[in-house]
Amino acid sequence: MAATISKQIIHGIYDDEVPLLEACKKLKSAGIKIKDVFTPFPIHGIDPIIGVPRTRLAICAFIYGLTGLGLATLMMWYMMVSDWPTDVGGKPNWAYYFNIPAFIPISFESTVFCAGHGMALTYLLRCMLVPGARAKNPDPRTTNDKFMIYLELNDEQAHKAEALLREAGASEINHKGTITEKLPY
Amino acid sequence: MHSESQIREPLILGHKTYAQITDDIIRPVEGKANKYWYILFTIACLTFLWGLGCLSYTVGVGIGVWGSNNGVDWAWDITNFVWWIGIGHAGTLISAVLLLFRQKWRLGINRSAEAMTIFAVMCAAIFVLFHTGRVWLDYMLFPLPNQFGSLWPNFNSPLLWDVFAVSTYFTISCVFWYIGLIPDFGTIRDRAINPMVKKAYNLLAFGWGGSARHWSRFEEVSLVLAGLSTPLVFSVHSIVSFDFATSILPGWHTTIFPPYFVSGAVFSGFAMVLTLMLIVRKVYNLQAYITVKHVEYMNIVIIVTGSIVGVAYLTELFISWYGGVEFEQYAFLNRATGPYWWAYAAMMTCNVVSPQLFWFKKIRTSLVATFILSIVVNIGMWFERFVIIVPTLCRTFLPSTWNMYHPTFVDIGIFTGTIGMFFTFFLLFSRFFPVIAQAELKTILKISGESQKKEVAEHAHEPAPTHAH
Repeated sequence: MAATISKQIIHGIYDDEVPLLEACKKLKSAGIKIKDVFTPFPIHGIDPIIGVPRTRLAICAFIYGLTGLGLATLMMWYMMVSDWPTDVGGKPNWAYYFNIPAFIPISFESTVFCAGHGMALTYLLRCMLVPGARAKNPDPRTTNDKFMIYLELNDEQAHKAEALLREAGASEINHKGTITEKLPY
Repeated sequence: MHSESQIREPLILGHKTYAQITDDIIRPVEGKANKYWYILFTIACLTFLWGLGCLSYTVGVGIGVWGSNNGVDWAWDITNFVWWIGIGHAGTLISAVLLLFRQKWRLGINRSAEAMTIFAVMCAAIFVLFHTGRVWLDYMLFPLPNQFGSLWPNFNSPLLWDVFAVSTYFTISCVFWYIGLIPDFGTIRDRAINPMVKKAYNLLAFGWGGSARHWSRFEEVSLVLAGLSTPLVFSVHSIVSFDFATSILPGWHTTIFPPYFVSGAVFSGFAMVLTLMLIVRKVYNLQAYITVKHVEYMNIVIIVTGSIVGVAYLTELFISWYGGVEFEQYAFLNRATGPYWWAYAAMMTCNVVSPQLFWFKKIRTSLVATFILSIVVNIGMWFERFVIIVPTLCRTFLPSTWNMYHPTFVDIGIFTGTIGMFFTFFLLFSRFFPVIAQAELKTILKISGESQKKEVAEHAHEPAPTHAH
């Protein structure tokens, strides 16, 4: 039988983002891992405190954009140069570079199209945001005006965390039972 | 948290809390629509239906039922297409360019402006799709393997660039809009009491929960999409202007067209945003979020872009004279003094003279004056496209092809039909979707809220704590 550990689920609820940030700092310096934070709007400066790494979505967008540029170039080269070099107004397309200014607008549009849609899709899938998915916030009030720190801790840490949450001005501290986690060994 | 200079006027009036912002913005979605909504919706639907009838008539009988003729072969269809596309540009400008410039006042108006963009592009699409004559063959606009021969579409043609530009613009605008809507749908879902309503918004909210990781990604996506949309919006209207500028027709063949079209688009778009916002803030009681200051900011954009348009008109006139080409000179003389002089006069008055009234603070902060002038600007911008297209085509190189253009009831019907469609969609949007990006608006409450600013000001007057050296 695999070794298991039982962890308490704690919801620390705040009425404002300032005490929430304070609590996050306190928990961090006490060495307590914050599982997640649920807020009604983005809180600037919270990411480094709770250990959220910088997202790489912009890099994805860049790669998708290059793909779009490549696809558009390939398409226009094939259709206008390779497959059927149309002679428009005495200006045949014998090579791609002959007519490159005319190809710039579509190259640009295709870059934006692929970068934008690729990034949006990656964002939705990375966050598991799909039509009809179950609400990810444990407390429905966090999309209105409540700010929540979500913790999963063992009994000893839970005790310490609760005191810190209260000290920072939590309006509520809710215990939502325990979960059993398998240990990696 | 940073605080803002006291000189800047608050963007959220009164003493609002986060919960109140949610209440004020979500309540119209949860409550019942009032009498005015139903009256407006009925009128819009009927107009839309009339437009659909005229469209069906066009498809059944053919393009011949339009007023377009041998000389003037582009007329109301392209005028209306450019007009609608131009109106759409303000939405992207507000949500993308103002985001890049970190303009906080965008948050009161960006959601509705983006909705406006999408509906305006849909209206524009109707004209280009139907002006081809055989609308069922429109798929041939796309580079599909052609079963009727081995030809591909011509990638040298600005008309094909337009296909790519407008479809990219439309789909990217939809995505940008929807990604911003997801958190607000989450809020509606979490507040909903009726299980059917909850289910519907649960479907739309994609399971949004507001986790810190998701917000971090949300902000990155918004920023990059804004960065992509900004050059996109300029490219779209530049390409629309290429439809004319790459031709060799006097009056169209000018290099000033791209910047002049883009600023004209922003000009008319902001006017339409103002028309809509002044109604929305009143009907949904959102005066605290769409303030007179917002209106003033938009009016300032109108002065700037309107003046650019005015300078462009005068530059065109000067260059046609200075260039010394008789054909070019005649094209402009004909616009101003020819058979359609009244359209030119309407354009000049509405676009060049009327926005200059906004230099007076009294006028640009008056809601009634703004409402009237915003409609005047849109009429003027419609005439601008009409003046570029019809008078030019009715007097081309061969005098034997000279003739007049008169719109038929079908032309007028389709145009009013698109206005009906636009308002039908906008009314539905304002009924079921939050008209202000409430989640993002909450981020500026502490910086730009009226009572929050006052609090900061009061603290500033307290004696500063003394420091021991």
